[in-house]
Amino acid sequence: MSSLLTTLYRTGHFAAGPLLIFDRVKDVGLGEIAIITAPDGKERLGQVLELDGDRAVIQVFEGTAGLDLDRTLARFSGRGARIGVGLGMLGRIFDGSGNPIDGGPPLAPEALLDVNGMPINPYARAHPADFIQTGISAIDGLNTLVRGQKLPIFSGFGLPANELAAQIAAQAQVRDESGEFVVVFAALGITHREASFFRQSLEASGALAHAVLFLNLADDPAVERLLTPRAALTAAEYLAFEHDLHVLVILTDMTNYCEALREVATAREEVPGRRGYPGYMYTDLATLYERAGRIRGRVGSITQLIILTMPDDDITHPIPDLTGYITEGQIVLSRDLHRKGVYPPIDVLPSLSRLMNAGIGPEKTREDHRAVADQLYAFYARGRDLRRLVAIIGEGSLSQEDRRFLAFANRFEQEFIHQGRRERTIEETLERAWDLLSPFDPDELTRIPRTILQKRQRNNKTTSEIPT
Amino acid sequence: MPTTTPSPPPKPSHYTRPLRPMGDAPKGVITRVSGPVVEARGLKGALLYHVAWVGPERLIGEIIRLAGDVATIQVYEDTSGLKVGDEVWDTGAPLWVELGPGLLGGIFDGVQRPLPLLTQPDDQGRPQEPYIARGVILPALDRQQRWPFTPAVNDGDHVEPGDLLGTVPETPHFHHRILVPPDYPPGRVEGLRSGEFRVREVIGHLIPDNGGPRRPLRLSHRWPVRKPRPIRRRLDPNIPLITGQRVIDTLFPIAKGGTAIIPGGFGTGKTVTEQSLAKWADADIVVYIGCGERGNEMTEVLVEFPELKDPRTGGPLMHRTVLIANTSNMPVAAREASIYTGVTIAEYFRDQGLDVALMADSTSRWGEALREVSGRLEEMPGEEGYPAYLASRLAGFYERAGLVETLGQEPRQGSVTIIGAVSPPGGDFSEPMTQNSLRLVGAFWALDVNLARRRHFPAIDWIASFTHYHLDDWFRDHVDALWPELRAQAQRLLQEERELEEIVQLVGSDALGDPEKVILDTGYLLREAFLQQSAFSDDAFCPLEKQFFMLRLVLAYHGAVKQHVRSGRCTFDQCIQESAPIRRSLFRLKEMTLDELRAAFPDLLAQIEHWSQGRH
Repeated sequence: MSSLLTTLYRTGHFAAGPLLIFDRVKDVGLGEIAIITAPDGKERLGQVLELDGDRAVIQVFEGTAGLDLDRTLARFSGRGARIGVGLGMLGRIFDGSGNPIDGGPPLAPEALLDVNGMPINPYARAHPADFIQTGISAIDGLNTLVRGQKLPIFSGFGLPANELAAQIAAQAQVRDESGEFVVVFAALGITHREASFFRQSLEASGALAHAVLFLNLADDPAVERLLTPRAALTAAEYLAFEHDLHVLVILTDMTNYCEALREVATAREEVPGRRGYPGYMYTDLATLYERAGRIRGRVGSITQLIILTMPDDDITHPIPDLTGYITEGQIVLSRDLHRKGVYPPIDVLPSLSRLMNAGIGPEKTREDHRAVADQLYAFYARGRDLRRLVAIIGEGSLSQEDRRFLAFANRFEQEFIHQGRRERTIEETLERAWDLLSPFDPDELTRIPRTILQKRQRNNKTTSEIPT
Repeated sequence: MPTTTPSPPPKPSHYTRPLRPMGDAPKGVITRVSGPVVEARGLKGALLYHVAWVGPERLIGEIIRLAGDVATIQVYEDTSGLKVGDEVWDTGAPLWVELGPGLLGGIFDGVQRPLPLLTQPDDQGRPQEPYIARGVILPALDRQQRWPFTPAVNDGDHVEPGDLLGTVPETPHFHHRILVPPDYPPGRVEGLRSGEFRVREVIGHLIPDNGGPRRPLRLSHRWPVRKPRPIRRRLDPNIPLITGQRVIDTLFPIAKGGTAIIPGGFGTGKTVTEQSLAKWADADIVVYIGCGERGNEMTEVLVEFPELKDPRTGGPLMHRTVLIANTSNMPVAAREASIYTGVTIAEYFRDQGLDVALMADSTSRWGEALREVSGRLEEMPGEEGYPAYLASRLAGFYERAGLVETLGQEPRQGSVTIIGAVSPPGGDFSEPMTQNSLRLVGAFWALDVNLARRRHFPAIDWIASFTHYHLDDWFRDHVDALWPELRAQAQRLLQEERELEEIVQLVGSDALGDPEKVILDTGYLLREAFLQQSAFSDDAFCPLEKQFFMLRLVLAYHGAVKQHVRSGRCTFDQCIQESAPIRRSLFRLKEMTLDELRAAFPDLLAQIEHWSQGRH
C-alpha cells in the first residue's frame, strides 16, 4: 500500500482565504499535515480538515496568499501535526508552530508528539488541592487558585491583564515545598510590545531561564494560531508528566485564537453558531483547556492562566461565555476599578474559583478562610447595590445602617482589592479582611459560624463581644 | 471494492469483547470524513442505529443515516487519520449497554467503557496510559468477578418478563435483583442453580411456553440504549424526592418519577447543585452523567463520594452511584450517546423496584453534540443551528422518567427521576435548549447570576422557579399539618418583598411605611436564615423536620413583628431593637443539628410568642 515515493500533487481545485482544495488525492488521512510548495518555491504547512471522495480540504497555516491552482504543489506527510519536546526547550523561544526562533541551535528532541494530545481519563486524574499563593488578595483571599486549575482572566481592551498575568507568573508559589513553577508561554496574535513586556518581566523575576516561549504575534499568520496553543500544551504535558515539573501555562490572547477559528469555519461555509463562531467552538476550546490538571501517580501538574479580551466588555459574548463554561472559574477585570486607580482592578463579584474549597481551610490556608470570604462577598454585594441607589436618591437619603455598608464597599476596594505591586501573604490578606469587618457587630457576621467568631475573640481581645 | 467476509478481522485491541454472532458482516469503504461524521459505501443491509466498526483501528460508530448505498456513521472516537478507502463493518447490533451486578460504584464513558480498566495494565501486562486511547474495547462489567447468586424461584416455576429470578448481594447494603429480561418470552425455569457466577455465565434456562428454543439465563443482559425498557403502566408521581435542600423541598419540590431542569449561566452553581442532589436525595440509586463537562469535576465526585456516607444505608455513597463521564474534550458523538446510556441504566434499576435519580450535567452539551453532528450532515438547521428534531429528542429523553409499575407477575413500584442541568449561552433562558426543556419538565429551578455573585447559594431564584407537582398533602401527612400553609405564606412574602424592592430601588427604604418594612425584613430573614444553604458545611443536608422548625420560627417572628407594628405598640425600628436576641438565634438556626433544634424549638417558639404578647 504505502510507497517509498511520496506523491506530489499538482491538482489544486480551489484556493481562498485559509483553504486550499486538492483533487485526486489518495491515501490521505484526516488531520494529516500537508506540505505546500508555492510557485515561488517556498514551503508552507497545512492540515487536512475534510476528505470527500478523492478531494482533500486543506487549511493552510500561513494563508493562501501567493498560491495558485496550476503551479502550487502539495505532498502529504503521512502524519498529524507533531512537535519535538524535551528539557532542552527550557529557556528557548519558538515560533507559533514550534520552530526555534531565538537564533540558538536546533532542539534535540527527546520525543516527537502529536500536538492534539489525548483526553485524560477522568479516572486517572488527581483532584487539584494545593493552594497557590499568588500574593494578590483578590485572588488568594476570595478566588483562590490551586495547582492544576485552569483559570481565565476576562479582560477588556486597555485593562492590565498582561501585567496581572506576568505578576502571577513571577509570584506564584506553593508554600509547603520548593514549588517553583516552570512557565510555558503561548502568545496568540498579541503585539510585539506585549510580547516583549512578558519577556522582560519573566527575565526580571529570573523565570525566563526556565521558561518556554511560543510566539505567534499579531503580524504572524492568523491560522497558525490554531496550532500554537496545542504545541505549547504538548510541551507542557511532556514537562509536567514526564519530567515531574509544575508547569504554569499562560495563553494570551484567546480572543485572537477564536477569531482564527471563525475565519476557517466561515471559509468552509459551515453553518454558523452564535455571532458567526462555529458550533463546535465549545468542544474545540475544551480540547485546549482540559489539558490542565494533575494525574494520579505523577508528580507534575499543569496550571493554566488564560487571558482573553471580552469584545465590548461583554461577558455574555461567546468567547468568554464558552470559556467560563469550561474553565474552573474566572477572574474578571473591571474598567470602573481601573479608572479609580485600583490595581489589580479585579471585580470580585463576577469572579469565581471553583476549586477554591479544595485548596483552603485548616492546614492549607486557615480555618476561617471560607467564612471570611463569604462574609466579605455578602457585605460588598450589599454595598454595591446601595451605590446604585445613591446614584438615584443621593447619599443623604440613606439610613445610618446603609451608610456603613457603603463605606465598607469603598474601603474594601481601596484597602483590600487595591494593593499596587506589593505582594501579600495569605495571612496578611485574611488579617486585612478581619480589619475591614471589625466595625461590624459579630451578630451581623451571619456568614461566619459562631465557633470561628468565638475562637477569634479568645485570641484577640480587641474584637467586640461575641454572642454565646 | 467492498467484499463480504464472514466476520470482521479481530480487533487489534488488548481486550476483546465477545460480540453477538455476526454471520456475514457487511463491509464497506469510507468515502468521506468530516470531523466525527464518516460516510461509507457498500454496507448492504445495515440497519439504522447499528454499531459499525470504522477504519483499521475499528473505532466505534453508529449508523445514523442511510441514503441509497451511502451510510452515514457518527463515530464515538477521535477520527484523526481516517482515510477515504478505509474499511467499515456493520456489527449487526444496536448500541447496547450491559446490565447486571458490578454497575454500582462504576465509572463509564459515554458508550459504557469502564474508565478504571483503561488505566490498568492490559491482559498482556502492558501498562496503560492515563489518556483515553482509541480503538480499545472493554467489557462494561468485570468478566472475572464471581457473584454469589441465590435463586428465588424453583425449577418448573412459571415466570414472565420482569419476574424475580434471584438476588446477588452486590454491596453489604444492596441486593441486586436478577430479573427475567424484558425481551424474553414467558416460560418455565429449568436448572436454575445457586452458587458463584461470573456475569456472562449461564445460571439456568427458560423454556418458553410457546415452544420456542430454550433461552439461557445469566446474571447480566444487554439492552439497546435508544429503546425505553417496557413497563406495565405509569403511575401519577405523588411522593416527593427529598433533597435536603430547603429552597427545593419547601418551595419547589419534585416528585419521585418527576423531571426538573436547572438552567443557569456559568458560575451560578449548576454542578454544585447537581452534586448536592446526587449526595443527599433520598433515592436508592443515583446515576450521574457528566456530559461534556469538566474532567476535574468527575474526579471530585470520585474522590468525595467514597468518603461520604449514604444517609439511608450508612454505606459509602459510591455504593449507590453509577457515573457516566464523557468530559468536554472526549469525542463529541459519545456525548450524544452518554445520555441514553445513563437513562437505560437508570431504567434497569427502576425495574428492580427502586427509586432512581438521574442527574445529567449538562443537557446543553448533549444538544450541542446533536447540533454538531447535524451540521456535519448538512441538515437544514432550525433555531440557532440546532436540528429541527431537538424538541422531539428532548421529549424522548425526559419521557423516560416516571413512577411506574414494573413488568412481572408481582409488579413492583419503581421510579426514574431526571434532573437535567442546562447551560444557556450568556445565561439567557430564551435559547432553544431551555425553552424546549421547559415544555417538558415538571419543575424548574432557575439559577440567578445576581444571587450567585453575592454568594447566595443555592442561587435558585424563588420568583422565576416553579413546580407542577402538588405534594402538599404528602408534607401535611408526613411532616406537619401546618406545612402547606407555611409554604404558601413564605412564597407570598417573598413575592411581596420582590415587588417592594423595585420601589426601594427608586425611592430608598426610608420612604416606606412600617408595614412594608416588616415585609422587607422578613424577606431578608427568609433569604439569609432559611433559603441560603451552604453545600460545604454541616448544613448541606437539611432534614424536612429541621426545615419545618426553621420556617415555623421565622414566620412566627414575622407574625409577632407584624402584630406589634399594626397595633402601633412599637415602631418597626423599636421592634428590631427589642427582638435582637431572637433575631440572633434565627440567623444561627442552620448551624444547629436536627436534635439540637428539636430540643430548642419549643423554647424558641415560646420566646417569640412571649415577645409578641410582651407589650400587652
